[in-house]
Amino acid sequence: MTNAKDIVIVDYGMGNLRSVVNAFEHLGCRTVIARRGEELDQGDAIVLPGVGAFGEAMRVLHERDLIGPLNRAVIERGRPILGICLGMQVMAESSDELGEHRGLAWLSGRVRRMSGGRVHRLPHVGWNALMVTREAPLFTGLDGERVFYFNHSYSLDCDAGHVLATTEYGETVVAAVRAGNIFGLQFHPERSQQGGLALLGNFLDYAGHC
Amino acid sequence: MLRTRLIACLVLRDGLIVQSVGFRRYLPIGKPRIAVEFLNRWGIDEIVLLDITATVQGRNPNTEAIAEAAGSCFVPMTVGGGIQDVADVEAVMRSGADKFCTNSRALREPAFITEAAAVYGQQSVVVSIDVRRRQDGGYEVVADGGNRRTGLDPAAWAREAVARGAGEVLLNSVDRDGSKLGYDLELVRLVSDAVDVPVIALGGVGRFRDLVDGVREGGATAVAAANIFHYTEHSVILAKAVMRDAGINVRVPAAARYEGRPFDQRGRLLAHWQDEAQGPAQDMAVASA
Repeated sequence: MTNAKDIVIVDYGMGNLRSVVNAFEHLGCRTVIARRGEELDQGDAIVLPGVGAFGEAMRVLHERDLIGPLNRAVIERGRPILGICLGMQVMAESSDELGEHRGLAWLSGRVRRMSGGRVHRLPHVGWNALMVTREAPLFTGLDGERVFYFNHSYSLDCDAGHVLATTEYGETVVAAVRAGNIFGLQFHPERSQQGGLALLGNFLDYAGHC
Repeated sequence: MLRTRLIACLVLRDGLIVQSVGFRRYLPIGKPRIAVEFLNRWGIDEIVLLDITATVQGRNPNTEAIAEAAGSCFVPMTVGGGIQDVADVEAVMRSGADKFCTNSRALREPAFITEAAAVYGQQSVVVSIDVRRRQDGGYEVVADGGNRRTGLDPAAWAREAVARGAGEVLLNSVDRDGSKLGYDLELVRLVSDAVDVPVIALGGVGRFRDLVDGVREGGATAVAAANIFHYTEHSVILAKAVMRDAGINVRVPAAARYEGRPFDQRGRLLAHWQDEAQGPAQDMAVASA
């Protein structure tokens, strides 16, 4: 298990920051809570957590002047970043959640409301199985059932080249993506017990070799 | 395929986890952190932490107890009790909650649901509904820890809460709370059929078989219980084994798998084994109810 990494966790007022901090600290990391652009450079990797609404998330990222610094760190300097749930969705070009919003456009794709219904009730809440479409360092050692906790009503439609794993919920839902140094998860590894912690540990291992 | 969630409801009173009987009597269990650690180890899918002191005494949420519980929790945690405004929601989320639960506050001012959902997203807002059966046989939503009648019909209030932005409904039968009589299945069905968001059944589980009935007969999306998890060692594992034997798709973490083992009528595991050292096969209830 990797430890002693410095992980920058972006605080843009969106949801369960503490859960993410707890998980990384459990893995032996030192966490830096970044509210300003210059704080993004203080660690080995960046985590963009997020529970909330897309438009509000982008508004706060703008308001805190985080978008320019995020682009410099992730796109120009190639720093490893992991987006979780809404933190992955804001990496897309746009979303139609409560109006039309532009995202960070790191991934070619858009976020849209899932179809849902009486059987597949929305939000899609609970533990669901991954179908891994492309093996990646994130899944190392995760044998057997890869079941993780999801909680969302919107999902990412993106370039198939980004997709690492999907899940099924009345439709095929993109569950994990990668574009070079950029990783995104629709589910919550910080709340997915041992499997989730193992996956975060794999991200740390990857970040350690960059 | 989505697994059916088994949720443990921890009732917090004066900073301690307690058993609640009919919203009237309370028996102490212990510190939040210890209860959370056990439930995690046994493979619970989610934890709901309800601070009843905050509700009844109109206090702000106990962020210290929430942080203590959240620190050892690696499954989603929903926190309720005493949430009066968006600042309380923020305090609860900052302490380690993933979702929050509102009950009396939402009843007093339903627009609060919309206000909170706009910031934290619909998927973070759980509206908790406490229901009593009226003497004429109908159902009525009650507020303030079961003390105040509202005149509201549970299905109608659930529909309104969802229209205003609730992402899940936590449905609790006050009459069944602590009764061990099983869920009020008619009530669960009534509300499950009224909305398109997940409905969590709570109140009355006395045998693990009640969890199966909540899903099958009540139509609940997820099943929650409080006291039963405190009675037995490995209770979560046993509960899931019963659900799995009934054909419900539950998540069973690799740590302990009990499928194929027999249970007695009280839901106790009968450990049947042939041990060379101990001689002949024997049946033994390893978990007493």
